[in-house]
Amino acid sequence: MTTPHTAPPAAAAAVPETPVAAKPSLSFRLDPAARKVRRTELWLLLLGMAMVAGYLAAVEANMLDTVTMDFWYPAGVLTAVFLGLHVVIRLRAPFADPVLIPVVALLNGFGVAFLRRLDLGRADADARPDLAIFAGDGGKQLLWTLIAVTGAAALLWVVRDHREISKFAWTLGFGGIILVLLPAVLPGSVSEVNGAKLWIRFGSFFAIQPGEFAKLMLLAFFAYYLVRKREVLALASRRVLGIDFPRGRDLGPVIVVWAMSLLVLVFEKDLGTSLLYFGMFVVTLYVATERVSWLIIGLILFFGGAVLAYVLAGIVGGPFTNFGQRVDIWLDPFAEPYDRGYQLVQSLLGLGTGGLFGTGPGAGSPLEVPEVRNDFIFAGMGEEIGLFGLTALLALYLLVVSRGLRAALAVRDSFGKLLAGGLAFTLGLQVFVIIGGISKLIPLTGQTTPFLSAGGSSLVANWLLVALLLRISDAARTPASTGGVRR
Amino acid sequence: MNAPLRRVGVVVMVLFGLLFANLNWVQAYKGNDYRTSQYNDRVQIDEYNRQRGYIMVSNPGSKPIALSTATKGNLKYLRSYPNGAAYAHVIGYKPVNGAATGIEQLENDFLSGTSDKLFADRLRDIFTGSYTAGGNVTLTLSKTAQDTAYKELTGNKVGAKSGAVIALDPNTGAILAMTSFPSFDPNPLVAHDTGKAAAAYNKVAGQAGNPLLNRALQETYPPASTFKVLVSAAALENGNNPDTPLQAGPGYQAPGTTHVIKNATSGTCPESQITLKEALTVSCNTAYARLGVELGSQRLNDTVRRWGYYDDDLRIGNLSAPDRGTKVPESVLGPLTTSSGGDDKPAIAISSIGLNEVKVTPLQNAMVAAAIANDCSQMRPYLVERLVGPDLTTNLYAAAPKQLRTTCSNSSIAAQLREMMVSVVENGTGRKAQIDGYVVGGKTGTGTADEETNTGSDGWFIGFAMKDGKPLAAVAVILDDAGKGGSGEAARIAGLVMHGVIKDKGGK
Repeated sequence: MTTPHTAPPAAAAAVPETPVAAKPSLSFRLDPAARKVRRTELWLLLLGMAMVAGYLAAVEANMLDTVTMDFWYPAGVLTAVFLGLHVVIRLRAPFADPVLIPVVALLNGFGVAFLRRLDLGRADADARPDLAIFAGDGGKQLLWTLIAVTGAAALLWVVRDHREISKFAWTLGFGGIILVLLPAVLPGSVSEVNGAKLWIRFGSFFAIQPGEFAKLMLLAFFAYYLVRKREVLALASRRVLGIDFPRGRDLGPVIVVWAMSLLVLVFEKDLGTSLLYFGMFVVTLYVATERVSWLIIGLILFFGGAVLAYVLAGIVGGPFTNFGQRVDIWLDPFAEPYDRGYQLVQSLLGLGTGGLFGTGPGAGSPLEVPEVRNDFIFAGMGEEIGLFGLTALLALYLLVVSRGLRAALAVRDSFGKLLAGGLAFTLGLQVFVIIGGISKLIPLTGQTTPFLSAGGSSLVANWLLVALLLRISDAARTPASTGGVRR
Repeated sequence: MNAPLRRVGVVVMVLFGLLFANLNWVQAYKGNDYRTSQYNDRVQIDEYNRQRGYIMVSNPGSKPIALSTATKGNLKYLRSYPNGAAYAHVIGYKPVNGAATGIEQLENDFLSGTSDKLFADRLRDIFTGSYTAGGNVTLTLSKTAQDTAYKELTGNKVGAKSGAVIALDPNTGAILAMTSFPSFDPNPLVAHDTGKAAAAYNKVAGQAGNPLLNRALQETYPPASTFKVLVSAAALENGNNPDTPLQAGPGYQAPGTTHVIKNATSGTCPESQITLKEALTVSCNTAYARLGVELGSQRLNDTVRRWGYYDDDLRIGNLSAPDRGTKVPESVLGPLTTSSGGDDKPAIAISSIGLNEVKVTPLQNAMVAAAIANDCSQMRPYLVERLVGPDLTTNLYAAAPKQLRTTCSNSSIAAQLREMMVSVVENGTGRKAQIDGYVVGGKTGTGTADEETNTGSDGWFIGFAMKDGKPLAAVAVILDDAGKGGSGEAARIAGLVMHGVIKDKGGK
């Protein structure tokens, strides 16, 4: 376990629990090290918001042929919101990783700006300069950002130590399973959108994707469960072909999760969520036990299940049909370019049109791509910012994931390690599943693009995920001299 | 647990590496395919961002016959054709989906502004961010001649349901009028609502008489008696002259057949002898059938090739791109020899009066008349006179007429043919083509698809107009299934169309 910020072991041993830090004061007088970290965060944040403002200006220049005086309003509101979070961090997690918030805020800001650009594209040319700041999808996303960031701040405020979460592990676990399975048992009229049963709709204008929250709750439970069981899962094993395999009876939990993910696949018609849950579980299992065999078992089970589902789609159809169709579209989207393959074809055409440098913000036709505000937002942006822009966005995601993994490496407790590692990996996996889907790397599945896609559930859940990473990174980076772990 | 966490980091790196590699594939490697894919609506959106250029007739100051006007829709400019059906076969049309036709297709690069000739405009657009309109195309068409041709063809007095008119400038090969009937209105076919456009296309394509076919260039007909001009040319090439006496009479029975070729009426050349000139003037079938048999298949074949038959490379459009443009099917004489290689005399006899398996396009027949008017110098026909920049003043291309072939060994043959054809219009079957104050020569023809039942007869006229020894226009008119009086009506229309050309040229 490498912890770069820990004081010499002797000091830590001598002062296991420092009473001085037990009640941290709510003051801006920070530890000098923390002040430096927070200053970095502030400047990075302002830089990111300046980039969002620049993007908004470029959009207006291309779409209105002029830049209005109030082009920067959305960026201004975002800056205010994120500065609020920055203040909360100063008070409640002063040592937290300074890169996370600026990077996530930049992604979120681009999302808001691009959604506003889509609103402009939908409006008549005459009405464009008068588009209100909180109008349309962009405005809605701006409001959701406010709610999501408030949620993240609240979580940081209330949860002072990530280990407190493990007290509610069983509750979270059961709650997570219920949220996962709820859309499957609800009637399609309430839960089905575009062929995937992932939603709970309240009336016609408000819908939540419970899976987004279930992801976090299940992960907290996995981390807790595996920390307790890791010894038995890791040690009791049988050796086959030089690889240690676990005993049959210890396979129980992984079989349960596998079955659950296949249920999701079949009844919620969603490969992506299924892959996400299963990958999340297998990876935390692997990290907990340090046994490669779990990865192998996991991969075999998942791909075996997927192939089986595809074969069954051809033979019995029924609940497997949707999955079979998605694979067929993936294999040859241009077979039915105006019918089933339409979404993926238009996505590829949008990406291809962007080429290396893109058409420029506001200069493309992203509205040609169906569902461009949700699943296909990356394709829509790809047309305008090109391969170079998308690569930069990928790098931003990779930065978030790597910072999360870094927190996992640095934090001292096993629960924190598993939770941070699992959260970071899940985020990365979700990005892979959706971006791989819209660019025809893997079969397309209905997932949101974290922080970019329009939609409150996804935004709130992912900001909560970031809040957890911040909380854990704060614990990891807090020098032992100021209390190590504060309660 | 740190070792597996680091490995998880590696896994994420690999996954993102795959995403990155795949985006390179989609955006960089396949980018161009996707950008120009037929399923990519952006191709059209971009194309319609720029105002497409005008298509104009040669008359200075006349209104464009194809133009694009601004709309409020997604596609910024709508193509329209103010003259509708009258110019449809020349201009073609430019639909939102699918291929353009005619000049719209041939000069698409120039009209849409992507041509290398307009590079300077594109370069300026990059810096100004504007969309300069595409270039403008000026055609060779003479407005009065074209309008007259369409009006007279659709309003013909013999009730023909289809036909074609083509007029050439014998000096240059410029197409002065080109009409095919029935025609179609191209405007509904270019509607931005692609569903409506497709419905309009299906309606036109399903109509009787195939309105989409350009009969002037792409349909072949038996030339009937107009072919006697070429048999005359063969005779003149082989030592005869207009005054050479031919054997005529009411009937001719070729060796080896019981079929008797008769004249159109019993009053046509019943005498036993007639001069070559007289035979053409009255269109004497018996004299020409016998003459053809005497000349033999070899001489007839040589002659028709010399005048442009069996040319399957001819394309009509822009002289600087002779390999593009509308393809013209070859005109043919048909087989005139028996399986043993000797002359099939009964076939030669019927072919010599332009029936049997002789098939010509109206264009080919007009080119024969034009070459006669132009001292046997047959010019390559073309439609694009000038390419003009978006400013309507910068001339980026002007047609340089090209000779296609020399049709006779000696230009005196052309003079003799002119003399004979002028006699046809002044004293013979082509009187209705006369124009006051101009020398008009020509030849009528009445084709009969089925000689026995006398159905499906076509009325032909080919001819030329001259003043002071200089050719002004050549023309071919065909009225399909015209019945009795068809060739006379064709001659009347030909005269009016040539008069239209003369009017637009200011009488010169």
